[in-house]
Amino acid sequence: MSYTIEVSGLTKSFGKSRALAGLDLRVEPGQVFAVLGPNGAGKTTAVRILSTLIAPDGGTARVAGYDVIEEPHKVRAAISLTGQLTAVDGLLTGEENLLMMARLRHLGRRARRARTEELLEQFDLQEARGRRVSSYSGGMRRRLDLALSLVSGPPVIFLDEPTTGLDPRSRRGLWDAVKTLAGSGTTILLTTQYLEEADQLADRIAVIDDGRVVAEGTAEELKARVGSETVELFFSDQRMLAEAVKAIERRHGRARAASPAPRQDRERLSLLLASDGSASAVRGLLETMEAADVAVDRMALHRPTLDEVFLNLTERRADRGPELHAKGVPERRADRGPERI
Amino acid sequence: MSSQTVTTAPSTAPSSAPNTELTSRLFWALSDSLTLVGRSTRKGLRSLDALLTAVLLPVMLLLMFVYVFGGAIHTGTSYIDYVVPGIILLCAGFGSASVSSSVCEDMTSGAIDRFRSMPIVSSAVLTGNVIAGMIRNVISTLLVLAVALVIGFHPTAGILGWLGVLGMLLLFMAAISWLAACFGLIARTAEAANAFTFIVMFLPYVSSAFIPTRTMPRGLRAFATHQPVTPIIETVRGLLTGTPIGGDAVTALAWCIGGIVLGCAGATLLFRRRTAP
Repeated sequence: MSYTIEVSGLTKSFGKSRALAGLDLRVEPGQVFAVLGPNGAGKTTAVRILSTLIAPDGGTARVAGYDVIEEPHKVRAAISLTGQLTAVDGLLTGEENLLMMARLRHLGRRARRARTEELLEQFDLQEARGRRVSSYSGGMRRRLDLALSLVSGPPVIFLDEPTTGLDPRSRRGLWDAVKTLAGSGTTILLTTQYLEEADQLADRIAVIDDGRVVAEGTAEELKARVGSETVELFFSDQRMLAEAVKAIERRHGRARAASPAPRQDRERLSLLLASDGSASAVRGLLETMEAADVAVDRMALHRPTLDEVFLNLTERRADRGPELHAKGVPERRADRGPERI
Repeated sequence: MSSQTVTTAPSTAPSSAPNTELTSRLFWALSDSLTLVGRSTRKGLRSLDALLTAVLLPVMLLLMFVYVFGGAIHTGTSYIDYVVPGIILLCAGFGSASVSSSVCEDMTSGAIDRFRSMPIVSSAVLTGNVIAGMIRNVISTLLVLAVALVIGFHPTAGILGWLGVLGMLLLFMAAISWLAACFGLIARTAEAANAFTFIVMFLPYVSSAFIPTRTMPRGLRAFATHQPVTPIIETVRGLLTGTPIGGDAVTALAWCIGGIVLGCAGATLLFRRRTAP
């Protein structure tokens, strides 16, 4: 298998601050690959190295089969970058921006016109084509920016936080554009701090923190890492809660109860139990309660979200509450309240 | 699927690539530069406020000096004929200095990253800004000259004289523009880059632009006589109105060419440093 993007052991420091600390990535041809991480995790640095804008301190990076340091010119012919700062010219019209980019991509006169028409159509900018870009909305600018990077039909595209600062509707519009692009077989590496974005767009996700990959896989695989679903049972008082704990312990036996231990939440008068979320498992649990004469007020089922994966994986030791760590249940669950079923 | 096979998208094929590699590279370098000149020219001519300032400011100064101060200044000739070459130079310098902010804008916006990630000579962004700045300046200088002619400026120059003036002004604009580009590469914001305009604006005041340097106090006179703008103004004035030029032409040429070489080399170096991978 040869990879379209292959990064190994990439390091880069700016003065004393270390942006990349041995980054490894492998992106297959045609894949949409999301690099997910908090601010300052090294996402932009990675993209800048891959698009030949800066050189790494160590490690290697190959894009479309070429080494980014040895053959930057060949890499540039194969890629296109849409950076965080929009690179559109406000004083030119959308159409002029596209035509100019087509010239710089060395398309012939007729091809320039045809490609511009295509992209104006594809990105829903037909109506605004003759207007100066300075009058465009943020979403339109981003769409034009993306269109500009597609003029030459590059096989590899880098999108550095493509939807940061966009309102939800414009974000969806841009997602649709990226999905269409992905459908055409283009290899896309995008960085984002939005889990939903990675979940929506990417075939594969690498979670990075402090300049290295802390987890990698499909959205499903990453969710599975946090564990299965959690059932939460609510009781009317402390006594019922205590009874319920006893009932569970009796059912599982002491040995089995140790892994994943049920957790009591005395304030919420609830009991949290790991479960596969299946109807039969939930029924079994309720039957156990009934057999022990424990009245369950109501219950909730929590599914792990990428948010939880993300927080779990990227939380630094310093900000991590000790008890939260021990119990393995992400803290945000409590703030959000349960999902009712 | 091998990664090599995906690199040759059909649409990236050049439209009319010349044969040999070198000619092809030169051809595209030139073509890309022209495209970027076109880009900057369009942008320059569309920022109406900047263009208006570039014309209005010199015109206001012209009117003020001719009608307000001019009566009290004795230059031996009619004052308007004395002051117009200075105003024209001020206009050319002021406009060229604004290249600093347009360069800075390109360097700090996403534009430079996109150009650098493309297979083009990205320093063409500088050439684009400089040449576009010169085109814009020729236009604003012509407008100022037109106003001067309307209010009674009487040049005595023939065709050769005018060509000489044009050549001198183009050299001066090129020098200031390239130096401005250096400034734009150093500055971190367009506002800061704009400070260069004020330096360039200041020079004509302490020169022979508005009053003959012989009327200035000694120290100032020494500076005014030997700073670059004075010999350039004297040359332009001589070509336009027939005042003696003497050695000023050579000094003027030396300053301009020196400025172009310094500015060009400096800008190339700074650009390389700023964009070093």
